[in-house]
Amino acid sequence: MRLTLRIWRQKHAQARGHFATYRMDDVSPDMSFLEMLDVLNEQLTEAGEEPVAFDHDCREGICGMCGVVINGIPHGQHKHRTTTCQLHMRNFRSGETITIEPWRAKAFPVIKDLIVDRSAFDRVIQNGGFITAPTNTIPEANAVLVAKDRSDLAMDAAACIGCGACVAACPNASAMLFTAAKITHLGLLPQGQPERTMRVVGMVRVMDQSGFGGCTNLGECSLACPKEIHLDSIAQMNLDLIKAGFRRG
Amino acid sequence: MTGILSLYRSTIGKKVVMALTGFILTAYVFVHMIGNLKVFAGAEKLNHYAEWLRLDMGYPILASFQGLWITRIVLLVAVGLHVISALQLWAMANAGRAVGYAQKKPSYTVYLGQMMRLGGIAIAFFIGYHLLHLTTGSIHPEFVHGEVYHNVISGFQNTLVSVFYIAALVALGVHILHGTWSMFQTLGLNNRRYDAMWRTVALLVTLAILVGDLSIPVAVLAGWLY
Ligand code: HEM
Ligand code: FES
Repeated sequence: MRLTLRIWRQKHAQARGHFATYRMDDVSPDMSFLEMLDVLNEQLTEAGEEPVAFDHDCREGICGMCGVVINGIPHGQHKHRTTTCQLHMRNFRSGETITIEPWRAKAFPVIKDLIVDRSAFDRVIQNGGFITAPTNTIPEANAVLVAKDRSDLAMDAAACIGCGACVAACPNASAMLFTAAKITHLGLLPQGQPERTMRVVGMVRVMDQSGFGGCTNLGECSLACPKEIHLDSIAQMNLDLIKAGFRRG
Repeated sequence: MTGILSLYRSTIGKKVVMALTGFILTAYVFVHMIGNLKVFAGAEKLNHYAEWLRLDMGYPILASFQGLWITRIVLLVAVGLHVISALQLWAMANAGRAVGYAQKKPSYTVYLGQMMRLGGIAIAFFIGYHLLHLTTGSIHPEFVHGEVYHNVISGFQNTLVSVFYIAALVALGVHILHGTWSMFQTLGLNNRRYDAMWRTVALLVTLAILVGDLSIPVAVLAGWLY
């Protein structure tokens, strides 16, 4: 495949970025999108240029490190939702021009080229995305019963890998889907009950303080989510926060 | 109380305000549409109904004009809170993405989001126009105080005025279609089991309001009402 790539280049956080255009003449349709970028970087290095910086780790679609906006869509396509590392070049046509941009959100400042700083997500998690469990003993597996439908829903929400595609896709740069996934996957389970109120209040406060926008229930987030996190999570988070507002203390 | 205040300060709390005020406004628009249909019962019935709204609504608990003014104040506060929250969330959303994308994917939902905001502003202007036209009559050349039937018919006989009303109703319809469903989502009353039901409710409410209200300018323009 022959491709023209328009890639966002930005030397560091304070630098002014710009689009650079690169041509690739021999891309295999079996390459993943990140392998294609690896090949580009080899070309660039051989030519004595700075390679394109992009985030990645597992390359198996499970860690949430990778992610760029490809032709206006986070992770590249809506048809078979997946991460950028699991997107294959056969999804593109030979001769195509592909525009590659970093996630765009004030709360996700660009560090370099296609890498953004997603520590705002970590701060959201630090403010309630956990349960208190004694760490010295292993609990008896059947001591706390969980209904099958609840555990299924909790597992669906827990599939969130925190990649940030929801924020990138949202016209309001809102982090509601991420935060809601984290809140509901614990809130649906008995183990998550003791801190349920504290969790939603704390996580939403930090989410708002980080500079994400609000939700307008449009659903672009869920459409872009490689783990297909459902808007139900957001409704659940809203209800938890409303209830928390009417609680004492 | 502090809990409710911190709820209001959050982005979600502002949406809750929009959902509750949106509910009040939608319920009002729905009841208003049913009242409007009295125009098909003739001049006497409509004028009588309008007089009841002014003088006797809430009787015997409320005195003349009290029901009317309570309704007006509730609506004013609702519109005020709704618009303030909308503008605050709009500003936050704009700040949230300081640098935009170079390549945008055309998307139905993104346009819908813009329609909610721009359409909302259009609705606000329309409300102002509508009040000056049929409530105070300041911009209605043939306005006669208390002669509601005459005011409506002569107003809509002006094609331009009718077309304007029709356009405003379509904008309102789009707003309420997404808004009514959105309300359940915002208030946490939606999930995948109820989703289809709430979408149907939103569609039916919107269609009822549109068909009911649109029938009036259309009937006047077609010469069925005169
Ligand atoms: C008769 C007048 C109006 C009615 C019946 C109405 C109704 C509604 C309803 C039910 C919602 C859903 C709330 C939610 O998301 O939970 C809504 C949302 C909204 N309204 Fe209104 N509204 C009216 C006027 C306005 C005006 C004047 C504005 C001015 C800017 C406005 C702007 C918005 C915005 C921006 C949203 C949020 C959209 C979204 O969630 O995607 N509305 N409206
Ligand atoms: S690199 Fe781990 S999800 Fe893509």
